[in-house]
Amino acid sequence: MKSEQAKRKILVCCGPGCLAVGGREILEGLRSRIAAAGLDATVEPVIKGTGCHGLCEQGPMVRFLPEDISYCRVSLPDLDEIVEQTVRQQKVVERLLLVDALTGRRVKSQGENSFYKKQLKIALRNTGEINPLNIDDYLERDGYRALAKVLFEMDPETVIAEVEKSGLRGRGGAGFPTGLKWRQCARVDNSPKYVICNADEGDPGAFMDRGIIEGDPHSVIEGMVIGAYAIKAHRGFVYIRDEYALAVKTMLEAIRQAEARSYLGRNILGSGFDFSLEVVRGGGAFVCGESTALMASIEGRVGEPRAKYIRSVERGLWDQPTVLNNVETWANIPPIILRGGEWFSSIGTAKSKGTKVFSLVGKVKNTGLVEVPMGITLRELIFDIGGGILNDRKFKAVQTGGPSGGCIPAEMLDLEVDFDSLTAADSMMGSGGMIVMDERTCMVDTARYYIDFLTEESCGKCSPCREGLKRMREILNDICSGAGLPGDIELLEEIGGMVRECSLCGLGKTAPNPVLSTIKHFREEYDEHVHRKRCPAGICRPLTTFVIDGEACTGCGLCRKNCPAEAISGEPKEPHVIDQSRCTKCGNCIELCRFNAITVK
Amino acid sequence: MESYKDEDFAAQAKSILERYPREQRFALAMMQDFQRKYDYLSQEAIRQIAAYLQIPSGKIYSLATFYKAFSLEKKGKYIIKVCDGTACHVRSSMQILEEIEKLLGIMPGGTTADGRFSLETVKCLGTCALAPVMVINDEYYGSLTAGKVREILKKYGDGGGADEE
Repeated sequence: MKSEQAKRKILVCCGPGCLAVGGREILEGLRSRIAAAGLDATVEPVIKGTGCHGLCEQGPMVRFLPEDISYCRVSLPDLDEIVEQTVRQQKVVERLLLVDALTGRRVKSQGENSFYKKQLKIALRNTGEINPLNIDDYLERDGYRALAKVLFEMDPETVIAEVEKSGLRGRGGAGFPTGLKWRQCARVDNSPKYVICNADEGDPGAFMDRGIIEGDPHSVIEGMVIGAYAIKAHRGFVYIRDEYALAVKTMLEAIRQAEARSYLGRNILGSGFDFSLEVVRGGGAFVCGESTALMASIEGRVGEPRAKYIRSVERGLWDQPTVLNNVETWANIPPIILRGGEWFSSIGTAKSKGTKVFSLVGKVKNTGLVEVPMGITLRELIFDIGGGILNDRKFKAVQTGGPSGGCIPAEMLDLEVDFDSLTAADSMMGSGGMIVMDERTCMVDTARYYIDFLTEESCGKCSPCREGLKRMREILNDICSGAGLPGDIELLEEIGGMVRECSLCGLGKTAPNPVLSTIKHFREEYDEHVHRKRCPAGICRPLTTFVIDGEACTGCGLCRKNCPAEAISGEPKEPHVIDQSRCTKCGNCIELCRFNAITVK
Repeated sequence: MESYKDEDFAAQAKSILERYPREQRFALAMMQDFQRKYDYLSQEAIRQIAAYLQIPSGKIYSLATFYKAFSLEKKGKYIIKVCDGTACHVRSSMQILEEIEKLLGIMPGGTTADGRFSLETVKCLGTCALAPVMVINDEYYGSLTAGKVREILKKYGDGGGADEE
């Protein structure tokens, strides 16, 4: 009976999203109440890196095990009721249950929610399930068993062969086969060798790596020790964005615990294999996500990429052979070793095996981290898992691949997502950012947004990227402000082609993608901006005029009351009008109107 | 936040520097420690790091200007970071920024004359479900509207309220 009781757990999400809305207070509040009530349940902080059904909008999230009840938007006044009803009497508090965005019904457990049904968790297998600051939680879920298997039952060659068999490709963006990379490095007769984990997650709108490190740091550590054993490296580095303070802290603590249990350090588990791991904090430069720039940064230099005619597997960090993999790639290694490469390669598509973690964000109902088998369609991702578009507006495009990716239009919603299909659609997998856009997103503005970002982040080393992006930014600014000239679109294509062909590193080569893909799929919208001086989405202010459709307007007054410029007038229940001389084109009214009465002229 | 004017700066600098071996690869870590402690890198801090590592201060300066984590100027008491990551951008973060610019009379990168607020934009805070979002020092504010921003800034602006926790 006692042991049955002891298994009960309350998992309070302490991911950044939930922390921002008071997750920590909920955790402390539950702890103190349960202690005071003398109840037999442990309250553990668990990082729910998963989106948990719009986790942050609906946070803080609290989950009860083994009953598997999930509550959302828990606030301090709810705690007494939760302790009395759910913890003591094991009853469900209906009003705190999640609403399934797809069916509109309240559901008791995560498993019943459409958000989770199509997900398959390998890299995120422990995220949200364990306390990342407690190595015992990880050990309970087969943690470090793969490492023991590797150290005592496999030689480096067998390890590499297993990873090759899995078909795993790098999750950082380019999709290079991981096993092949390891093999190339293992072949080089030169020591010391290094392994690096790239956690310099710089793509705006992406937080997969952060979710894994903050939720399950040991899976990354274990993967790295296995990789180091395979290529005979004895030192490794985890390069984490400095902005990710919690990830840095979590990783440091995990390394300390792993060292204490002999999973890191000298003579690991008595096998005779040595491996030490260090955390390096990044300095906030997008280009440092590029592998050679990242290595320069670890060496304490300015993070500029170098030409890759000599590859990092031969000469990487301090000119020594180096294997660099992304967080998610490393986290996939332990399950591959434990369950076998064949198992992993049975999931996914012909050339992209396993699963991929996406951060599904933007104008979608369920924002969060999702992990799905390769080959799932965009439609399933956005509509089944994501629950559809916010406010049930019309889907327009989805942007994948971060600033180097592209926008995929509605016609291609049935595209099966994998490395190759996204590239064929003029976008790319990238690290897994997926930003959903609706009819109120201007594609020209989106292209400008990315070019702005990339212009600022261009390291400046090579001129095609440095100068080409600046010129593209100027042209896009002109187009968005109404000063676009005939021929500008063609000029963008020409410069974009040059930047793509001539830049030094992968970032430069892919930098024009956001422009080229939007021109390809949304050329009409560019034409509207340039030739008819009109922004159909109503985003580019100089090109926007909002009007109220007198037929559709019910005169509810919502837009009038909320207009920051006081530009809307009208009597109750009579059609309203917008005074164009006062309107600042902020778009507040069109967002608020429930009758679709406001349109872009 | 501590001030570089503290008389025992030399001793404090030493305590940061000596956490690390004299290897260039620790330059960024040292700079980050100074940045964290003092909120910016002073000329003196740059000089001290360079001297400790026995490299020209120009090298440290080039790192300080290349990496976004560093500032060479003193910031305001409250640092407002408006997220303009993609998720925030498509949920109209620029309107939020404009509202703050209007209220404070400063542009991103600027600090109000009274030294109270600094305004910055950042690309993605990783809390995309809260979009549009901003952070004031370590406090997150999500699902922002122009109206909410006015209310929030009021809390910080009247000289009392959210001051000194």
